[in-house]
Amino acid sequence: MYPKDLRYSSEHEWVRVEDGRVRVGITRFAADRLTDVVFVELPAVGAKVTFMQPFGVVESVKAVSDLYAPLSGTVVEVNPALVDSPEVVNSDPYGKGWMIVVQPDDLGELERLMPVDQYLVAIGEAAP
Amino acid sequence: MASTPLKRTSLYDVHRAAGARIVEFGGWEMPVQYAGIVAEHHAVRTAAGLFDVSHMGEVEIVGPGALESVQRLVTNDASRLTPGGGLYSPMCLPSGGIIDDLTVFRLHSDRFLLVVNATRTERDFRWIAEHTRAATARNRSAELALLALQGPKAETILGRLTGADLTQLASFHLAEGMEVAGLACLVARTGYTGENGFEIACEWDAAPVLWRALVDAGSPDGLVPAGLGARDTLRLEAGYMLYGNDIDETTTPLEAPLGWTIKFEKGEFIGREALLAQKERGAVRKLVGFEMMERAVPRHGYAVLAGGRPTGQVTSGTFGPWVRKSIGMGYVARECAAVGTPLQVDIRGRPTGAKVVKLPFYKRMAETGKPGNEETRPRVG
Repeated sequence: MYPKDLRYSSEHEWVRVEDGRVRVGITRFAADRLTDVVFVELPAVGAKVTFMQPFGVVESVKAVSDLYAPLSGTVVEVNPALVDSPEVVNSDPYGKGWMIVVQPDDLGELERLMPVDQYLVAIGEAAP
Repeated sequence: MASTPLKRTSLYDVHRAAGARIVEFGGWEMPVQYAGIVAEHHAVRTAAGLFDVSHMGEVEIVGPGALESVQRLVTNDASRLTPGGGLYSPMCLPSGGIIDDLTVFRLHSDRFLLVVNATRTERDFRWIAEHTRAATARNRSAELALLALQGPKAETILGRLTGADLTQLASFHLAEGMEVAGLACLVARTGYTGENGFEIACEWDAAPVLWRALVDAGSPDGLVPAGLGARDTLRLEAGYMLYGNDIDETTTPLEAPLGWTIKFEKGEFIGREALLAQKERGAVRKLVGFEMMERAVPRHGYAVLAGGRPTGQVTSGTFGPWVRKSIGMGYVARECAAVGTPLQVDIRGRPTGAKVVKLPFYKRMAETGKPGNEETRPRVG
């Protein structure tokens, strides 16, 4: 449910470090709370994103939610599959449901994100 | 926000045990979803769904003046109803604004049952009682639970729990005292989903027994419990108005696509003069259905533009799980109401393309009992 090799934000995004870049998506917890994702609005390649500032929007049948950047940097890839199959955010949030890849300004910013055990406590799925 | 405690239906514990997510709706704690809105929506289109709508209100009007009172209160013509018959109607203010939209059943010649929206029950009851002459209005909302069994398998499922011949129960008709799972029920062939189905009233405390019997009888056919989330997406695809979103006291049936429910020729009723005047000069705004050119979802309150200029507001919008499009309804200037008119919806500051389409977005094939749009429905994956 919550891979150990990822780091997590308080706004329920995950990041995976891949050769100095980071891949970003939303957690199983967020996907379950949203339910039935039907539309994802993402920035264009080249856009700047800022730590804990909105970078996009995810819409479920019922509601609209902002996506918050888990770190600052430049968008270098956007998941094209989400245009026609946004439901993969629900079915495979850590795989096919990824959202953007960012070239971070400062990888040190990752220290501001939570390891999995801390995130589980934050969402009430583990005892503090 | 609520200053009074939230109300619960007699099925609250059953919903919790089934894993429902509970939300506040009109002063009630109601299940918004169980497995998920899209899954429940598809179950209703292809098999069956069971909804708890006990929060809805029921008002009975009894007495020698019952018909005359109902005729004064609603815009549709209840005089044509024989016992067991029902109709859909707005109930209007003298201004023509809609107090509520409701279902009227004639139980006997001088006894009517009005099924009203949960959020309007108290307002409606006061209004009805005030305008009832030579008859008595009784609020039965607290004593009647209401379940909606909807979908192409609904009749098969209900048939397993009753000895009554359901083929004798026509659309918009009601049978009083029908035994279902050993309980005396009021059973009507009505619904709010666009599918064949029934709305079944029983005594408030008997609902859990009826619910479990329907779930057990229907599970082999794919029946699932369904929440208010799917109820909303289903009704929107079916083009039904949601009171408080699409219609209210500031909108009239002529602005909403409910002109067909106004029977001017039946004689006097509250709102008649104002509606007749509006009909003669023509409503300046109309509620239309529209579909989006992309997936971004129109939501209640978003601005609607035509040629870059504001022309109205979205009243309801969603991504239609069955039609697989973002769809909505809203009021626009009458010049912009024709089918095919290009519109834009302001979605987070971006004018997003839409076009006016004919309502409903979804229509089942009544003759075959099979879901509609099957051939034309775009598929993904």
